[in-house]
Amino acid sequence: MLNKTFTAVTIAMAITAGGAVAEDIDIVFVGKNTGNPYFDSLTQGFVEACDSIACNFEFVAPATADATSQIPFLEAQIQRGVDVIAISPNSPDALNQVFQSASDKGIIILTVNGDITGNEQYRDATILPTDFTKVGADQIEMVGSLIGYEGEIAILSATTEAPDQNFWIEGMNATIESDPKYANMTLVATVYGDDQPEKSTTEMEALLSNFPDLKGLIAPTTVGIAAAAQVVQSRGIADEVAVTGLGLPSEMREFVKDGTVGGFQLWSPYNEGWLAAHFAVGLKNGSMVNEVGGTFEVPNLGTITINEGNSINTQSALTTFNAENIDDFDF
Amino acid sequence: MSFLRSIFMRRETGILVMIVLFCIAVGFVKPQFLTGQSLRIILLLTPLIMIGAMAQMLVLVARHVDLSIGSILGFSAMVVGLMYRDFPEIHWLVGFPVAILTGAALGLGNGLLVTVFRLPSIIVTLGTLSLYRGMTFIISDARQINRSNIPTELKVMSRTSPIFDIPWIILIAFAVALMTYVVARHTRLGRQIYALGSNPVAAPLRGIDVTKVTLIVFALSGALSGLAGILYASRWGFVNPSNTGAGFEFQVIAAVVIGGVSINGGVGTVLGTVLGVLLLGCVAAALPLLGIAGSTQNAIYGAVILIALIIDRSVRQRGVADNSKDIA
Amino acid sequence: MTDTKTPTREMAPARPAWHVILVRPETMTLVLLIAGVIGASILSPFFLDVNYILRSFTLTAEMSIVALVLTMVVISGEIDLSPAANMALSACTFALMQDVGVPLPLAVLIGLGAGLAMGALNAFMSIRMQLPSIIVTIGTLILYRGLAQIIAGDRSIRLPDSFIGINAIMVFGVPLPVVIFVIVALVLGLVLGTTVVGRKIYQIGTNQAAAHHAGIDANRIKIGLFLLLGVVSAAAGIMAASRLGSVRYDLVAGGELQMVLMAMLGGTYIFGGRGTILGTFLAAWLLVIVSTGMTVANLMPAIQLTVLGILLIVAIIATNFIYARTQR
Repeated sequence: MLNKTFTAVTIAMAITAGGAVAEDIDIVFVGKNTGNPYFDSLTQGFVEACDSIACNFEFVAPATADATSQIPFLEAQIQRGVDVIAISPNSPDALNQVFQSASDKGIIILTVNGDITGNEQYRDATILPTDFTKVGADQIEMVGSLIGYEGEIAILSATTEAPDQNFWIEGMNATIESDPKYANMTLVATVYGDDQPEKSTTEMEALLSNFPDLKGLIAPTTVGIAAAAQVVQSRGIADEVAVTGLGLPSEMREFVKDGTVGGFQLWSPYNEGWLAAHFAVGLKNGSMVNEVGGTFEVPNLGTITINEGNSINTQSALTTFNAENIDDFDF
Repeated sequence: MSFLRSIFMRRETGILVMIVLFCIAVGFVKPQFLTGQSLRIILLLTPLIMIGAMAQMLVLVARHVDLSIGSILGFSAMVVGLMYRDFPEIHWLVGFPVAILTGAALGLGNGLLVTVFRLPSIIVTLGTLSLYRGMTFIISDARQINRSNIPTELKVMSRTSPIFDIPWIILIAFAVALMTYVVARHTRLGRQIYALGSNPVAAPLRGIDVTKVTLIVFALSGALSGLAGILYASRWGFVNPSNTGAGFEFQVIAAVVIGGVSINGGVGTVLGTVLGVLLLGCVAAALPLLGIAGSTQNAIYGAVILIALIIDRSVRQRGVADNSKDIA
Repeated sequence: MTDTKTPTREMAPARPAWHVILVRPETMTLVLLIAGVIGASILSPFFLDVNYILRSFTLTAEMSIVALVLTMVVISGEIDLSPAANMALSACTFALMQDVGVPLPLAVLIGLGAGLAMGALNAFMSIRMQLPSIIVTIGTLILYRGLAQIIAGDRSIRLPDSFIGINAIMVFGVPLPVVIFVIVALVLGLVLGTTVVGRKIYQIGTNQAAAHHAGIDANRIKIGLFLLLGVVSAAAGIMAASRLGSVRYDLVAGGELQMVLMAMLGGTYIFGGRGTILGTFLAAWLLVIVSTGMTVANLMPAIQLTVLGILLIVAIIATNFIYARTQR
């Protein structure tokens, strides 16, 4: 399917290249849901990119992030005849049929921030924030550095089936078992807060009750890490339990400043949007080619490589936030 | 019947027994459940539901339903959040009257639709559930209010306390329960609400201004939901247009039904409702401790509601049996 | 004939035929529908495309079919808020069965059986045990959704390719789910409007006691309706599974509100006794027009929620007004 798309894109490019005046490309980004601060930043990247290159950008998102809520929005975009659909999918497979209809009409499909695992043939390329295979190891190192590389740690994740989190957790397990540097650390539990503050809080409280010797917690989800930090802050036990994970600077700033959290990690959603917009426009007007192993240039980000499975990493490793740099970011 | 027997026959005793048995059972497996820390956790889970349950109790007793309390909570929280973000120089305490008045206004809107147009409250509040949620998105431009915009003093209310290490937020919730008790039992308004609920047709004949009482009940429900809204910001530190208050109405109805409030009006006590809220809080706190997956929680809530209904039907005196299928 | 000076009902002039045909809630729905089409066309040039509208309808066709049966339940004086959860649990049961190797036709039967069982539980608690159906079905809605979560976990269960794509099957250019919806509407409309059973349903809803005295076994009919709703919900759930290609526990989450919305927009009276299949049929189209129109114009959910809320409130005000005017 990728080959066919590639051919289709080449032909389309040839036609448009030899055709009439090049119009602005219509890009739409379908977010997971509205009211999600993470995507505000990502969208900003798109918006500012489209200010500088020739594209028209719209952002739409459903009210809730369930698996099928994006379908009517995708149908609407196909009806509107957009050129590129960029999407942060709420489900790995519920959207396959809709993606197929879009591809049949020549629309380029890019999954942004997460991929449709197992169904990659339905999209043209995926733009990931960072190299997901390194996240697990980086997070173990992060928590290790905060607890002196010894003691009990636990993981507070999102939903039980969240593909990205599960992939990273696998990486965490592999790292802690194989790397001798972490030989004195034990992973005692993995619990799920379903990305809801109430649930995440009760799970954190339960962890603290069930494992009184807990030294560190990794929450690879922005809702989880905020909830866990809040529990630690309200109980005043920042000296005994180190909370870290993946968080948004805007949400974690307070916890870093008052010492509840020593450090946490993430990447730049803004850069993802910026890159995605440039890539989309490049594909559509022929200046970039969607080929594994190929590279392309993006202003401010340098040379980007297209990896196995048409997967693109915006940055190569996680960014660490702590008291020194927390004020430098505005997302 | 003897005094002791009458106590045992009461619905509230039944719930209390359920709570005690449940806690002991969980305590066997996880002794940490019976500590002061655990009690604190349970209590911290409940203040918002407690306040919402008081509101819903009054509405149900008056033989109505308010399904929009979650959306009122969300809207009020957002109004306050926007105020904090865009006007940081305003004193943080001003948020309270703002939230309560906003909620009251929305509740009054519900009340007007019910009284002026004579519409069934279940449908009206179903409509306002959507309407108020949509308005929340609009005024916030679909953006959330971040932790940094919420005043520290407000957030700290969920942690610090004036006495016995009980956070302010819990004290407020119990104060609301106490006030509701006083209104329900010892004021004319309270008596009128009960009278209206048990027999709406006869109410005007007894000198009750049905319109006025109905408007007051809905306005109160809205006001309390508004209070719950600002306390949400205190408890969680942020306000999100999609999530804040979503699903709140179902949790509250569950607590109220377990607490013995009748959907047909005229029956219900504050004590029962408080116990219902506490029971749900215990269950919510116990499940993760026992390692029961979150996915099972909902099924358990549903089962608890059904069991409570069945017990209610078996135990309650047939004298108050209600054959009419009116949906308030 | 008695010589009477006081006016009696028999003496009131008959309503002119045009009045009877036009002044009814379904007309209001039709008017809103036409207004919706016009409004949506103005809002976006991409809207007025028959194939697109039909394709959009298929996204909610399953819920619309269930809403038709729900209308009958409401007319009979009850309510059921659990059908959406039923759809999910039946679909999950079906998907799991075929996933472990049970042949497809048998798996479908098991799924339908599950739906029937759920309808039976609702019927048992609401009718046999005489509990208020609104609370019972809120409890079962939470329970069924929770059970779906338990058996399916958080993952999606894939279906074999041979089963997928019911919405791609065209009958004279119209997607199959839409055709099924129209056929079901015709059948139910005829049953409700012309048969004895249909008349009985209206009578039960209008005044159950009187119907009883007239020799109608209200309980049996209501139980039958709950069972029918259970099976149809299951079938709809399996249809949705075919459309999506995979099943998750959160299938049609929040769908119960949408179904009630359809019934209300179609002029069904929440307390029973009045309402038509035609009304719900038109309301289903109205909802599709309004939401598709807003989505294709890239209007954010904020506006959509607000519009839906206002629509519902306007619709019930109009419905009430019409019923009051045509009351005799």
